[in-house]
Amino acid sequence: MADTMQFDLVSPERRLASLAVTAVQIPAMEGDLTAMAGHAPLITTLRPGVLRVSGPKGDAAYVVTGGFAQITTDATSVLAEQAMPLAEVKAGDIDKLVQAAEAAAAKSAPELRAGADKLVADLMALRAAVA
Amino acid sequence: MPNLKDLKNRIGSVKNTRKITKAMQMVAAAKLRRAQDAAEAARPYAERFNAVLGGLAASVGGSDTAPRLLAGSGAEKVHLLVVMTAERGLCGGFNSSIVKLARAHIETLRAQGKTIKIMTVGKKGREQMRRDYGQYFIGHVDLSDVKRVGYVNAQDITRDVLARFDGNEFDVATLFYSTFQSVIAQTPTAQQIIPAKFAPVAEGTASLFDYEPDEEAILADLLPRGVATQVFAALLENAASEQGARMSAMDNATRNAGDMIERLTIIYNRSRQAAITKELIEIISGAEAL
Repeated sequence: MADTMQFDLVSPERRLASLAVTAVQIPAMEGDLTAMAGHAPLITTLRPGVLRVSGPKGDAAYVVTGGFAQITTDATSVLAEQAMPLAEVKAGDIDKLVQAAEAAAAKSAPELRAGADKLVADLMALRAAVA
Repeated sequence: MPNLKDLKNRIGSVKNTRKITKAMQMVAAAKLRRAQDAAEAARPYAERFNAVLGGLAASVGGSDTAPRLLAGSGAEKVHLLVVMTAERGLCGGFNSSIVKLARAHIETLRAQGKTIKIMTVGKKGREQMRRDYGQYFIGHVDLSDVKRVGYVNAQDITRDVLARFDGNEFDVATLFYSTFQSVIAQTPTAQQIIPAKFAPVAEGTASLFDYEPDEEAILADLLPRGVATQVFAALLENAASEQGARMSAMDNATRNAGDMIERLTIIYNRSRQAAITKELIEIISGAEAL
């Protein structure tokens, strides 16, 4: 079995990364997961968080705000709503997202409240990771 | 015959016009390149997204619990038309051809007795449609301050459309925009975005995957984003088409101005020559008379 797999990170506006990696750590909706070559095919949605990849050419980290990941045995594609290299993200940017999410949570219907609150919590955690 | 001074002024002003159209053409060419690059860069995302969504939709779509965005609201009474045009003119038939397609669509729907609502993106289309269909307008998105259309713009439009759908304001939504084929060919296109339609995928590709959370939850999460992706793709296509249309329109204008200058210069030279000949004849015949 090959020890690397193809990794693609695309946002609606551009392709951020396309390279061979050994492992991808994904902030999935129901908890972080790490995908390596030979992983069972999986499609999962993302929560806001930090995506880390490690490969023969070194490691990289990206901030994603949502989207989904498609994992097959030999490739992982992450389609992020917004994605940026971790180093380029400023805490202020996340603060804005947190505020928007809080405002949305305050207005949301009771049955959607839990999801909106979770989004705020995820963003807060992301904010802590960035700062 | 116009006098020489007038002709000279005329030639001068046409020359200025030619300079302007030439400059506009070159600006449009540069912007077109950028718009094409942006459209190119957005393609991988859209392709993968639609592939995954298509697979999901195929496996879940048949069930009774399919999300409303996919299954529709059960009626086909109220149609929302999202007409996307440019913010500026001077781009040939670009805006008119989109409006023309929308107009044809509206007339068919009217004949079928459907209710029509129109949302416009871009000032030019709104102006053209205001007189006949002003009473159907329910919203307008102004992009004149936007230098480069981004995904954010598409998200804003989508949010508005989805909020209206959730509020039961319409049953079917259709996008009108222009697909970019080449600098000389842009095709006005109508695309239904709600209920969502996907190209059929090959059997069995979807069932290979595990889903986390379950298929329906993912689908419910992805469908709104799918709409945003389609809107974004349409915005990008439109931006590229607009610049392409403007480029060829300005190229034509530049060439026309050149032809006009040539014609005017010939008339100018002929009348100058005629004036000289006339003076000579006067002098000679004056001398002979003595």
